[in-house]
Amino acid sequence: MAHNSRKPAERTQQPTARARRARRVLVMVATRKGAWLYHGDAARKTWRADGPHFLGHILNHLVLDPRDGRTLLAAAKTGHLGPTVFRSTDRGRTWKEAARPPAFAKTAEGKEGRAVDHTFWLTPGHADQPDVWYAGTSPQGLFRSEDGGVTWDPFSRINDDPQYRKWMGTVQDGTPDGPKLHSIIVDPRAAAHLYFGMSGGGVHESVDGGQSWAPILKGLEVVEGFDPAEATFHDPHCIRLCPSNPDRLYQQNHCGIYRLDRPSDHWVRVGKSMPKQIGDIGFPMVVHPRDADTVWVFPMDGTSVWPRTSPEGKPAVYATHNAGKTWRRLADGLPGKQAWWTVKRQAMTADASDPVGLYLGTTSGELWTSRDEGRRWTCIAQHLPEIYAVEAAELA
Amino acid sequence: MKVLIPSALRSYTEQSETEASGATLAAVLADLDRRYAGIRFRMVDEQDRIRPHIRIFVDGKQVRDLSQPLRATDEVVIVQALSGG
Repeated sequence: MAHNSRKPAERTQQPTARARRARRVLVMVATRKGAWLYHGDAARKTWRADGPHFLGHILNHLVLDPRDGRTLLAAAKTGHLGPTVFRSTDRGRTWKEAARPPAFAKTAEGKEGRAVDHTFWLTPGHADQPDVWYAGTSPQGLFRSEDGGVTWDPFSRINDDPQYRKWMGTVQDGTPDGPKLHSIIVDPRAAAHLYFGMSGGGVHESVDGGQSWAPILKGLEVVEGFDPAEATFHDPHCIRLCPSNPDRLYQQNHCGIYRLDRPSDHWVRVGKSMPKQIGDIGFPMVVHPRDADTVWVFPMDGTSVWPRTSPEGKPAVYATHNAGKTWRRLADGLPGKQAWWTVKRQAMTADASDPVGLYLGTTSGELWTSRDEGRRWTCIAQHLPEIYAVEAAELA
Repeated sequence: MKVLIPSALRSYTEQSETEASGATLAAVLADLDRRYAGIRFRMVDEQDRIRPHIRIFVDGKQVRDLSQPLRATDEVVIVQALSGG
C-alpha cells in the first residue's frame, strides 16, 4: 500500500515529469509455490525475472516497504510446515526468517486455542512509524510488528474478544482455504485510523490506534436469507482506500462493488451499474494513485455454483472514471475466448506512474501488465504456479 | 540424542542428522530451537500441538504428546507427511 497525499490529477493531464516516468517498477509476485520479482525497464516494456524465491513455499503476500524502498516481507508456509514471515533488507538478495512470526496467545491448559495457519496479508504501517507493520492471518487474527517484521505480537483486543470471535465464526464459516483477515488499511493522515476486512466478518474501523473497533456494514448486502445487520454474514473480498482522497474507500464484496465516502458510514453499491451479463462479483479492487474517481475491478462468474472463472471464459478488467456511475470494459490483448482463469483478491494492483501501470496475476500462473491504465494488456510471464498476490512498487 | 531431520527442515540444520538433549520430547524440541532458531514453530503450533503434517517417531514409535519422556539413547525421527500436488 502506498501512502500518497497528492491531490487528484485531471484525467487528461499529461505526464508531470519525465523523471517520474523513468522510475523503474518492481513487481512482486507471490504464488502457491514460491515468489518471483520482476524488474521493469524505464518504459515498463521489458521485464527481468528474479526467482523463484522460496520454491515450494506457499507465499500469500510479498510486500516492499514504501518507507525505505528496500525491505521486503514475505508471508510463507509450506504444505507441511507451520507459517512464518521472511524478511529481506536488500530487495530480495538475502532473506532472514522472523524471530517471532505471528502467533495467537497460548490459551490456558484445557482450553482449545487457535493457531495461525498462514499469514495472509501484510501492510506497512504509517509513514511516521517506520518500523511498524500489520499482518492479517487465517484463521482471522490481527498482528503488529514494531521492529520491521522481526517480531510480531497479537494486536488489539479482537483476536480474543468474544464479540469478534463470534463474528469471525469457525473455519467452516470461511473461505475454502480458511477464513481470512485482510485489507488492513492505515489512513495516511493519521496512524491511529485503521480499517480491516474479514472474510467472513465484515469491515471494521478503529480511530484510536486499535484500542476499539466498530463494524461499518450499512448498505452492504449479504447472501439472500441472511441478516445484513449481522457482521458474520458479510464477506468483503478486498477493500482499498484512495491515496488521493483518504475519505473514500472502495470495496469488492462477495455481494457487489461498493464505495464509501466518509464521514458517511453507508456503503453505496456502485456495481449495480456494471453490465448485467457480467455482474459485480469478483475478488480484487484497484484504486488510482491520483484520481479517486477511477478504480479497476476484475469480475468473475458468481452465478449458480460460483465457478469463479472469468464470465464466459472471456477475461476482462472493468474501469470506472466517475466513481462507479458507469463502467468500461478493458480487454484488449486479453484472451477473447476459452480462458477460464480469474484473479484473486491480492493479485491485481497498480503502480504510481503516469500513465498508471496495472498488473494482474492469474489463477493459471500468468502475469499480465498494462502500461496505459488498462487499455492494452500484455502477458509478461506464463507457466508460474497459481498466483496469489501481485504488488508493484516504484524504485527510487 | 540423535535427531533425524526431514528435507523440509534442513534449511535450518543444514544437515540430515543432528544432536539434541532433553528429558522429554518438548525439551528436545526446545533444545533444537535454541540451536536452530525458528525450527520448532514450523513443527509445533502456538498451542503446543504438533502440526498436522508433521510426524515424530521415537525409536520407531509415533509420539503425539510433547510430554513423552525420552532417554539419551533414544533416536528421534521427524517426518514430513506430504500430501496433495
